[in-house]
Amino acid sequence: MAVNYTVTPEEILAISGVNPRKCMKCGRCTATCPAFDEMEYHPHQFVAMVEEGRIEELMNSRSIYRCLSCMACIERCPRQVEPAKLIEAVRLAVTRQQGGSHLIPDQVPERLDPDMPQQAIVSAYRKYTK
Amino acid sequence: MVYNYFPGCTLKEKAKDFDKWGRDCASALGVPLTEIEDWQCCGGVYPLSKDEIAVRLSSIRALAYAQAHGGVLVTLCAACHNVLKQTNYDIANDENFALKANNYLAADGISYHGEAKVIHYLELLRDEVGFDAVKKAVKKPLAGQKIGAYYGCLLLRPGYKMDMDNPENPSIMEDLIRALGAQPVVYAQRNECCGGYLAMEDSELPKKRVTRILGNAAAQGADTVITACPLCYYNLKKYSQDSGVKVRYLTDVLAEALDVKEG
Repeated sequence: MAVNYTVTPEEILAISGVNPRKCMKCGRCTATCPAFDEMEYHPHQFVAMVEEGRIEELMNSRSIYRCLSCMACIERCPRQVEPAKLIEAVRLAVTRQQGGSHLIPDQVPERLDPDMPQQAIVSAYRKYTK
Repeated sequence: MVYNYFPGCTLKEKAKDFDKWGRDCASALGVPLTEIEDWQCCGGVYPLSKDEIAVRLSSIRALAYAQAHGGVLVTLCAACHNVLKQTNYDIANDENFALKANNYLAADGISYHGEAKVIHYLELLRDEVGFDAVKKAVKKPLAGQKIGAYYGCLLLRPGYKMDMDNPENPSIMEDLIRALGAQPVVYAQRNECCGGYLAMEDSELPKKRVTRILGNAAAQGADTVITACPLCYYNLKKYSQDSGVKVRYLTDVLAEALDVKEG
């Protein structure tokens, strides 16, 4: 679903609590990201794009659904920028809109297998749905 | 000492053995777990945003319950542990969050500011029982087994909040493995993500991650890896065939060594 509304960079900063200006562009977040290959915009680019106000591009990117919330970039950022918090804030800006959920209840049954733990469903639902 | 216990949703369903072995071993070691009343699902993942308040209230209710019943809350599921421990840290250290959350909870008569102590089952073994006492309680040493600890993300990160072990060079599970008579195998991927909830979105990523993790564990000589996370267990087990590495819960090997498994 294309996103056709906007959110201000200031809102993203407020939701995330992140200050992207602390970033010294070392690239460690991207180097340590286990979903790096899956992302159109890598974590270090995410930080730069938020600083440049390019929120809509990020909202329309599938990168926001590839973050694993593994907190590797949060742990290893030498400047405590914590890029995953920006990714979460941009995803929330999408999923909080009417019709913005990435995972809807009707899609859940087809994605289950008999061994899948409840934790997987709850976690995916928390990340992708509002 | 009361050890209040938060089992979580998955330990009541897909991971019942993980839960049962955990309880049985705790009783055998003299630290029986008491399940808290009316607990609610933790939500599985900790919100990484500042303004998600309602999703953290179930954790705070459990924490407030523990505070009123001796002050300690024990977790076993790594996801529950991450959510409860981070929530506890934030309500103690983020005044704005504490104010908003307590405004919600006032109707339940709850006022909570992070007073309870959240400990994971591994910390219960290390800090309350002691690994020396665990070692003495072993009836069937796991001699000859080469076990890699798989920490994943949730037990350790973020380190300043989880405060269990060195987030980049942990040793708590290796020390347990040693106490059980097995040989711990250290491998680089032990604290890198398994692919987590992307299993619901696109299983290719977990498959790639697990191939790397278990390939690394096998190359270092592990015949088994152990985990405290049901989602890691699911992802690891699903793609474990190529590596030949067995995937088990940490309470599974503990129960085997303490000889408290039935049958």
